[in-house]
Amino acid sequence: MPKVTIDGKEIEVPKGTTILQAARMLGPDVAPPAMCYYSKLSKSGGYCRTCIVRVTKMNSQNPNPMPKPVASCRTEVMDGMEVVNYTSEQVLTDRKGVVEFLLINHPLDCPVCDQAGECHLQDLGYENGSEKTRYDFERRTYDMIDIGKNIKLHMNRCILCYRCVNTCEQLTDGRVHGVLNRGDVAEISTFIEKAIDNEFSGNVIDVCPVGALTDRTFRFKSRVWFTKPVDAHRDCKKCSGKVRLWFKGAEVLRVTARKDQWGEVEDWICNECRFDKKNVSDWELEGPSRISHHSVISQGHYELAKLKLDTGRQLKNLKEGKQKSTAKK
Amino acid sequence: MQALTNRSKMVVNKEMSFIEKLYLPAIMNGMRITFSHFFRKKVTINYPEKKRPISEVFRGQHVLKRDEKGAERCTACGLCAVACPAEAITMTAAERKKGEENLYREEKYAAVYEINMLRCIFCGLCEEACPKEAIFLTDRIVPTEFERGDFVYGKNKLVEGVEPAKRIDVSKRQSAAVLEFKKNPEYAHNQVWDPNKSLKKKAHH
Repeated sequence: MPKVTIDGKEIEVPKGTTILQAARMLGPDVAPPAMCYYSKLSKSGGYCRTCIVRVTKMNSQNPNPMPKPVASCRTEVMDGMEVVNYTSEQVLTDRKGVVEFLLINHPLDCPVCDQAGECHLQDLGYENGSEKTRYDFERRTYDMIDIGKNIKLHMNRCILCYRCVNTCEQLTDGRVHGVLNRGDVAEISTFIEKAIDNEFSGNVIDVCPVGALTDRTFRFKSRVWFTKPVDAHRDCKKCSGKVRLWFKGAEVLRVTARKDQWGEVEDWICNECRFDKKNVSDWELEGPSRISHHSVISQGHYELAKLKLDTGRQLKNLKEGKQKSTAKK
Repeated sequence: MQALTNRSKMVVNKEMSFIEKLYLPAIMNGMRITFSHFFRKKVTINYPEKKRPISEVFRGQHVLKRDEKGAERCTACGLCAVACPAEAITMTAAERKKGEENLYREEKYAAVYEINMLRCIFCGLCEEACPKEAIFLTDRIVPTEFERGDFVYGKNKLVEGVEPAKRIDVSKRQSAAVLEFKKNPEYAHNQVWDPNKSLKKKAHH
């Protein structure tokens, strides 16, 4: 089992693990952001370059650094490898450049976009980007496409992460949706706007890190931070039926899959659960979803704070403090 | 106990003199003070005929601005509502239809936009949060009403008129620094893109 050190933290991982996966095992403090890699989809990753890190020591035999920053989602760990991510000024500068490139063609229409508030590119830009663009050319523009009656494609916002293409390929039979053209003019297309007609096609909305693929049944209904997420489930023959309902008042505005701490879907859900079951009576409610307090979605929601009482340590500290103070006297 | 001020007087049970017993000099003295107030400068004014000067950045009744072409600037992004500490703002968004481009500037607009003037504390955070320069506080004072419901201002009261005479000038509310900032083309996120007077064009593929 190879041992790898990321940002000074050592971990032993199975052979074939990538640097990104190893970093995620270590926790969110060292895990690099990822826009295209999706642990639930095979062959994902390698497009966006957001997760670049620097390898300062190749392995235990070869102590040389790798000459260029590497995409951590596509680089396997080697025994004795040393990687820097957030501890390196250079990596942060590199990533800033990547974010700037991702935002070159991305429109600044967050006030209009339904994804705002849960958009990974928004977070990425906020955490790693610069506050202004240096690009003053015309941005590439496309017309909006309705993919079926439930999904809307805003190609302007797409960052070509290929997550939706992978989802369609791996979740559904017979792909009707892919990437046309190459380079700067590449676009997600359903091959002459043919509707994706599949029971699991709605999952492309959840995997999309930006607002390129959005739910037409939720279109402009509410900003995400005015809705309250509640975990719920139902007996579904097609999928697990475990979902997150987004309430505004007593009304269910939107149904999505549950997301884990990396913003990835926990269980894929079918289109019936996602688009057609919007009555509270269709669902068995489990309770409010846990949303990170850093998120704007948790704004104005109150939760019982869990008190972490470590009485043993506190007692020990007290005793030690007493002994010290008596020793001084 | 020591007195807090040096104005305290000891109570004495002294017999009053003849002049003091008359009370007239004391009354005259009191009336002199009363009448002298008649000739002082008045501290009140006849509002609303007369108005006091107020600051250029006075925070009064809100206005929802239109752009140069008369289209509503608000895109119902909800940032004013989330910034509002009094939770006075509510809105419902709607999608712009074909042919409404002259009415609404963006793809999405506020179909309902309400500010509860009883809740509003006129802090100006909505104005600060607005990414579209749509909402501004003005120097107008919210008038009194008889019904509580009348204080919930909808779009009919908030959006300014299309005609130039009905436009509400907010130019003075933007400091010289802000106006200078807006001249910079690289910050021009808030302009609707015009191909004719655009920035550089990308070379054709």
